Amino acid sequence: MPENILDIIIIGGGPSGLTAGIYAARARMNVLLIEKMGCGGQNAITDWIENYPGFPEGISGFELSGKFEEQAKKFGLKIAFEEVKSVSVDADSRIKTLKTAENQYSAYSVIIASGAEYKMLDIPGELDLRGRGVSYCATCDGPFFRGKEVVVVGGGDSAVQEAIYLTRFASKVTIVHRRDRFRATKILSDRALSNNKIQVVWNSTAVKISGKDKVEAISIKNVVSGVESEIACGGVFIFVGHSPNTVPFSGLLKMDDKGYIFTDNDMGTSVPGIFCCGDSRNKLLRQVVTAAGDGATAAFAAQEYVENILGTSYK
Amino acid sequence: MAEIELNQSNFEAEVSKSALPVLVDFWAPWCGPCKMIAPVVAELASEYAGKLKVAKLNTDENLDLASKFQITSIPSLLIFKDGKPVQKIVGFKPKIELKKVIDALL
Repeated sequence: MPENILDIIIIGGGPSGLTAGIYAARARMNVLLIEKMGCGGQNAITDWIENYPGFPEGISGFELSGKFEEQAKKFGLKIAFEEVKSVSVDADSRIKTLKTAENQYSAYSVIIASGAEYKMLDIPGELDLRGRGVSYCATCDGPFFRGKEVVVVGGGDSAVQEAIYLTRFASKVTIVHRRDRFRATKILSDRALSNNKIQVVWNSTAVKISGKDKVEAISIKNVVSGVESEIACGGVFIFVGHSPNTVPFSGLLKMDDKGYIFTDNDMGTSVPGIFCCGDSRNKLLRQVVTAAGDGATAAFAAQEYVENILGTSYK
Repeated sequence: MAEIELNQSNFEAEVSKSALPVLVDFWAPWCGPCKMIAPVVAELASEYAGKLKVAKLNTDENLDLASKFQITSIPSLLIFKDGKPVQKIVGFKPKIELKKVIDALL
């Protein structure tokens, strides 16, 4: 048996993982958070959050992430910057073993808060021109497109919100969306539709991004008429949804057909002692506030699980 | 070894005329993922001390240099050998993968 068995390992340092960290650290559990990049998750690249309670003026996603991390560290949460490759459960099913490229860790319980990653369009030119005008992060790259015309592909909250953000820099923003109305929340849609720098091309999908050394144009196809056309632009920003970062757990946990992990009401997965919270979970609404709520529940449930098997629970 | 802060006036001496290969981290203060990879870049700086020079370039303050090297997405890491850019890495890559790219070039 490995000597150093942690109570809880949290995988992922976005809003749900950090909230789980705050709760677990305050409960004085022996907890470690493992993050592959730096903490923050998708929240850190969102330009503005105005629906997280407590910030009536809104707050930048980057600043809010920093506050989550600061609060977790204040209670003593330890963070390792490694990428989890696999999780396995020992024969007696009490101890979970995690492997990263560098290390191996053991814990009585695991909280998966690995989140989701943006999807690619998978069209010609996208990969070749990535970093040459193709971008998935408006807050990172927007300022490089000052005075240029850009295209945003997508119609959800991210696409519409980031299109509005890009109008600070770009001379014109064209949103290409495959349907005839946005999925984005009404307040964002209204803002975009009344912004005179934004033009929307409805019922159209992107088919090709072209350019020699950098993006020069995007080809689109009208899904109703079948007609293809080209929009000249200096940049293409892609926000066409997300897919969950759950590959290391496939085969171990029950997931839906998109790879989101099924949980019960208390964030428990199909394997006892493994919990899941935030965007990688099968659920209706993926927001910072729901991620945080999930994280608190997961930490509490994990604590109960660990105290039960160690016989230290408060009954 | 600490990372060098690059600007218009020291770029030639520190990068173009550097005897060692140079890894330049293009970043900006408003870029979340740039802050996320900063600790990894700092670790590379110390692990490759004496073999690779690691430098940072603030694209906000040095837009001319950023556009000279066609940086339109950050974080971007550009590796220079004999003063010339030989490899561009766009976006976040795990440290192990960065090391593979660096080792292949050294």
